[in-house]
Amino acid sequence: MSGPKLTNPVVRWIDHRLPVFTFLHHEMHEYPTPKNLNYWWNFGSLAGITLVIMIVTGIILSMHYTAHVDHAFQSVERIMRDVNYGWLIRYIHANGASFFFIVVYIHIFRGLYYGSYKAPRELLWMLGVVILLLMMATAFMGYVLPWGQMSFWGATVITNLFSAIPLVGESIVTLLWGGFSVDNPTLNRFFSLHYLLPFVIVGVVVLHIIALHRFGSNNPLGIDVRGEQDTISFHPYYTVKDMFGLSVFLTIMAAVVFFLPNSMGHPDNYIPANPMVTPAHIVPEWYFLPFYAILRAVPDKLLGVLAMFAAIAVLFVLPWLDRSPVRSASFRPIYKIMFWVFLLDCVALTYLGAMPAEGIYVVLSRLCTVYYFFHFIVLLPALSIIETPRSLPRSIGKPVLGGGNGIPAPAPAAAREKP
Amino acid sequence: MMDFPQKLIPLLLTFLVTVPVATTARSAESIPFPSQEWSFNGPFGTFDRGELQRGFQVYKEVCATCHSLNFISFRNLTDLGFNENEVKAIAADFQVEDGPNNEGEMFERAAIPSDMWPAPYPNDNAARASNNGALPPDLSLMVDARAGGADYLYALLSGYHETPQGKEIGEGMYYNAYYPGNQIAMPSPLVDDGVEYGDGTRATLVQQARDVTAFLAWATEPNMEQRKRMGVMVIIFLLVMTVLFYYSKKKIWSDVH
Repeated sequence: MSGPKLTNPVVRWIDHRLPVFTFLHHEMHEYPTPKNLNYWWNFGSLAGITLVIMIVTGIILSMHYTAHVDHAFQSVERIMRDVNYGWLIRYIHANGASFFFIVVYIHIFRGLYYGSYKAPRELLWMLGVVILLLMMATAFMGYVLPWGQMSFWGATVITNLFSAIPLVGESIVTLLWGGFSVDNPTLNRFFSLHYLLPFVIVGVVVLHIIALHRFGSNNPLGIDVRGEQDTISFHPYYTVKDMFGLSVFLTIMAAVVFFLPNSMGHPDNYIPANPMVTPAHIVPEWYFLPFYAILRAVPDKLLGVLAMFAAIAVLFVLPWLDRSPVRSASFRPIYKIMFWVFLLDCVALTYLGAMPAEGIYVVLSRLCTVYYFFHFIVLLPALSIIETPRSLPRSIGKPVLGGGNGIPAPAPAAAREKP
Repeated sequence: MMDFPQKLIPLLLTFLVTVPVATTARSAESIPFPSQEWSFNGPFGTFDRGELQRGFQVYKEVCATCHSLNFISFRNLTDLGFNENEVKAIAADFQVEDGPNNEGEMFERAAIPSDMWPAPYPNDNAARASNNGALPPDLSLMVDARAGGADYLYALLSGYHETPQGKEIGEGMYYNAYYPGNQIAMPSPLVDDGVEYGDGTRATLVQQARDVTAFLAWATEPNMEQRKRMGVMVIIFLLVMTVLFYYSKKKIWSDVH
């Protein structure tokens, strides 16, 4: 907890009155971090950087974009053709949205594998779920802005979901639309909210980081840090590791932005919105597909909508569904298998969401949807009773120093001590 | 034992990128069409200027009768290898409406390079009225706006075959082997020697289809060459950066046990 050695008198003068330098030193430099974090822990900082990329490119795009049904499509094409490097900014922004979800989904599955949602990090996890929800709302409204066919029809389908709510449903839809169909007022409010929500995300990210820094990162062993021998300072160890991960990530992203910029978009969105012509298949962006599959798997509209929202809501209560005292799947033989089955289930739902809702796809969607909830509501609580975890290492420092072998196995109950 | 999941990172990353690509590409139900060799394919692809100019001629003499090209202005044609004077001469062949002048009147004048390509019809209804109720779509974004892009457009333009036996074709519709549903309102626009190329290339139907498809690929994304050129440089830069950070990381972590 020692403060930084500030030599510059101006910095010292400022820091005495406004301790920003002490704060940064404390939270970003000496911040003790478990020394055994693997590369899956890179995705948190990657998500943060992607958010910044999205905000910067988004602000530039908004300088050239016109939020009006008669001009939106043209203004986007002007960005692509006549604004200097406008095509680059837009391709980064459009593909950045997909990469943001890729990074965040990996980040979430890392949390699921290593039990990062367990005590004392429940609020940290829940704030993360809030960020996911905000991201989904932002991405959905952003996709509407170019006012292509998929923009218009995606907006129509998704906003119509709210009409399933009893009594107030229709009024909510009218409120969302700002009228009686998806039209200019809808586009205007979506643009406004699309600009606003990223900054709300920034706010929740700050809370997410405050909650993270309260107890520090979880780690691949899932055991608590016992002292200084288990940790290293965040800087330079994790800053350089994050920079390496960022370089790899940016290389992959650049490959898509420069060479396959439209691969994750839908061709129909290069057709201007036309309320009189419905596309053959209305498909949401790929990152919504698992939830779209769940929505369509339920025959009843209201129950479908509820199931879709429940698929995310269940994440909020996950820390209380999984009662196992052991965090890391590395020491939970059954959960480890169930994790991969669950991941497979989510991939299957993504695939099914893109398929037409007919024949075998409907049956498979239903099976996968049932399994999705079965995993959380039945399997996880049951596992915490029936599963015998493997013995945990005594500390993070020990296995690394001792070469990882020959550590006396403590009883599973030893893991039950709580902070 | 702990690094087991870590080994899967590259695998999962590839997977997570390919799944969205595969699922979005699949969504349109179209008839499979052969893929073609295009000069603009691949990370180092460029446009063939001769092909673009021939394609422009096909567009101007054939397609432009019914199809607009709203996002292209005459000045963009310098991309095809025309010089400024040639572009001025091309523009001067068209009359556009301008105004109002100081008397408050709209007037006609010869087009200049900064004008947009004039649309064949004043509005959609006029376009429909002249085309048996069907609306000829704007061609500015055709390659991005159709699943399959250039390959599909080429297949479509060269896919007007005899109607197979037992296939019902509606009034005023035409059989096309690749158009979804096989019934298209556009009659085969291209015929052998329908245009006369200045560079001596024989204007067969498939040659015209190829050339005009290449032209539409350019019209869809005039910045494609700049994008790919820049992409190569950016990737090289990022790879060097990745290597540097990899060794920096190794060095800095060498004292962690």
